[in-house]
Amino acid sequence: MIHYNRFTLSNGLRVLVHEDTTTPMAVMNVMYDVGARDEDPSKTGFAHLFEHLMFGGSVNIPEYDEPLQMAGGENNAYTTNDLTNYYISLPAENLETAFWLESDRMLSLAFSDKSLDVQRKVVSEEFKEHYINKPYGDVWHKMRELAYSTHPYRWMTIGKELSHIENASLTDVKSFFFRHYRPVNAILVVGGNVKTEKVRELAEKWFGDIEPGDKYTRNLPQEPKQNSAHLLEIKSKVPLDALYMAYHMYPRQDPRYYAADLISDIFSGGGSSRLHQVLVKEKKLFSNIDCYHFGSLDAGLMAIDGKLVKGVKMNDAEAAIKEEILKLQENKVQERELEKVKNRVESMLAFEDMSLLNRANNLAFYELIGNAEQMNTEFENYQRVTTDDIQREAQLIFDEKNSNTIHYYAEN
Amino acid sequence: MINRTEAPLIKDAVEFDVVLKPYEKHVLDNGIPVYSVASNEQDTIQLELVFPGGSWYETESLVASSTNFLMKNGAGKHSALDINEQIEYYGAYLSRASSHENATYTLHSLTKHIEKLLPTMAEVILDPTFSEEELATFKQNMKQRLVVSLQKCDFVANRYIDKYLFGEFHPYGRVSTMMAYDALQTEDLRAFYKKQYTFNNCKIFIAGNLPANIIPLLNQYFGSNDWNGRSEILRPDLPIMPAEEKKHRIFNDENGVQGAVRIARPFPNRYHPDFPKMLVLNTIFGGYFGSRLMSNIREDKGYTYGIHSHLSNFRQTSALTIQTEAGRDVCEKTVEEVYKELAILQQEQVPEDELMLVRNYMIGSILGDLDGAFQVIQRWKNLILNELDESYFYNNIQVIKSISAAELQVLAQRYFNKEDFYELVVI
Repeated sequence: MIHYNRFTLSNGLRVLVHEDTTTPMAVMNVMYDVGARDEDPSKTGFAHLFEHLMFGGSVNIPEYDEPLQMAGGENNAYTTNDLTNYYISLPAENLETAFWLESDRMLSLAFSDKSLDVQRKVVSEEFKEHYINKPYGDVWHKMRELAYSTHPYRWMTIGKELSHIENASLTDVKSFFFRHYRPVNAILVVGGNVKTEKVRELAEKWFGDIEPGDKYTRNLPQEPKQNSAHLLEIKSKVPLDALYMAYHMYPRQDPRYYAADLISDIFSGGGSSRLHQVLVKEKKLFSNIDCYHFGSLDAGLMAIDGKLVKGVKMNDAEAAIKEEILKLQENKVQERELEKVKNRVESMLAFEDMSLLNRANNLAFYELIGNAEQMNTEFENYQRVTTDDIQREAQLIFDEKNSNTIHYYAEN
Repeated sequence: MINRTEAPLIKDAVEFDVVLKPYEKHVLDNGIPVYSVASNEQDTIQLELVFPGGSWYETESLVASSTNFLMKNGAGKHSALDINEQIEYYGAYLSRASSHENATYTLHSLTKHIEKLLPTMAEVILDPTFSEEELATFKQNMKQRLVVSLQKCDFVANRYIDKYLFGEFHPYGRVSTMMAYDALQTEDLRAFYKKQYTFNNCKIFIAGNLPANIIPLLNQYFGSNDWNGRSEILRPDLPIMPAEEKKHRIFNDENGVQGAVRIARPFPNRYHPDFPKMLVLNTIFGGYFGSRLMSNIREDKGYTYGIHSHLSNFRQTSALTIQTEAGRDVCEKTVEEVYKELAILQQEQVPEDELMLVRNYMIGSILGDLDGAFQVIQRWKNLILNELDESYFYNNIQVIKSISAAELQVLAQRYFNKEDFYELVVI
């Protein structure tokens, strides 16, 4: 059970407080309801580039990191296709420093040319490091384009192409900020060795006078149902053939999401999972294989990918995966196997909750998608899943017409 | 109206009293020491068995890591699948790791399941089978993984820089190869296991929500006999054969858009009095987000997504390494800027405000790192395995709080000379 208190400031900023007196630390988590899905298709990668600019100084504070480090604190941030999150950890005595810094950059940024210029380069190097200069680094870029015709999940968080980042202007930066980075579109979570009354006082003091801004209404083009299988073949300078398959699944808040999540564990959650056991250990067709999804808020993708053992034919490898899919569609899983993946979820949630930062982050996440209380009831959603649900969802998700496949061949 | 230009008052982190929560020590009937840190806030437990099973002790390349990996793939009458099924049914994780010095098996589980998991864990530790088939699959899959990694400039650069520093015959400089995988034999693994994974070389570290009967349980599974017999492990220092040539450029991928830059020099090990001082100087130089390297090469010039320097914590001897992946056309400029920053720390004293910031940052970071029983046992483990006690920890804290700018400059003048560094760019 994670305990928390909540209140809302008059400008619409939602505040949650999670008291934990066992730690000398405090954390502050600010989540903004904006991600790569909210970008203009001709200016992709912007939400993430913008996250970098949030460290380039704010209207009254020229340097963000220095005062925080002076207060013994550390911070970081991440952007996904769905949201952007900033977090700080520091000794609880110095909590007010976090309020001062986070509120000033919600008030307004410094909007410096130099910062934009440098961060464009930094993000370009990040793009190269993770997606260009790595074998198979381009595959998710291509898979998203193959699977999505309409929804902005068509591009990756880092952006569709380097030029979009290189062309970002300070005007874009300003309008993005005042559109998305407003109190009404944000959730503030404070946790650790703090008292709710003190947090309320500090929140009023530092965030209370920030203009509320307009509530951002998301109106994204939704992906139509896919009606035929998509296949892409790539030849590239990689050492091994690889196979990637992706199927459309459900939005995060759809009740069927939980069965889908458990299916990915049945397929590849650990050494006893089906794909690993049958395809790596018994048939020796793949040197590694995984099944996973991204927990996307809108309808996301369920993926299976693996590298083929040298000499194995692509068609044989693909047929073997489909055989495993068919087993799951035709036969109900045993109760014990379903229990196993539920136990895995229970344990994962418990280990996740050990970290104060994770707890603060999760409270913000569940509040963003509906209600922080869901954090305490989430496991029940998994417990409700039956062997019938698994079978039915396996039939729906792993429908041939819903499939997107990439045959990634090694040149020569 | 509040004055937003003025920072709120802070308590300097150097004023914090950093306390390493003590461990409790028990000894099992056969003499195995058990170090434990309890905390009842969560329902989770971590149980770790540590052996002198790192690459230091192997005579053939890859034997240590392969032994460590394959113990879990079949033990007693049970197959790898049986073992995984047993562990995973309870939502637990049994992970293995091997480094240069040690090899470990770690169980993470909900406390309520620990009793049901111990028989399986004990079988893996006490009775692994090392089947031919498991070894064959392992070799094939590891070779496939290696061939992919060898396309990555960062992976290749890490291999070469260690080779330059220590020589390819020293465990710190030795790297995995296709040939070494091909040469692995089950009898070598079995022999290595028998010698290194013995009751008298085992140490147990446990943390989290501990059941009241944890010590009797550990006694039952690990403490009741002299499993694998007594084995005396010697640890002589091994000869270091560094490269003669210091400057290297390697082309690994003609179309590479980035280069992996590594600049490194040997450095004394943690027992040397300069080691804790260098931890402070290294933080200033390249050890945190606000470091000299990050401020100049990322935040001012945008040559890279990140640049860091670190001290290796190897046992015999250490190294100071600077590493980054930079744009292909700015790799040489990056190298130049690294030397510039090294020279500045030799020529000019670190300003007081920057030094204060780094003291506060380091203490705050240690305070955060000691939050929770799993983190505390980790600290203790590092001390105990290196035959150190809490005075080492508190001495490091004292150095952070009190080292002067003048001392740091002397240290830079001793260790930041350009001619002592190996330099490598892999594109």
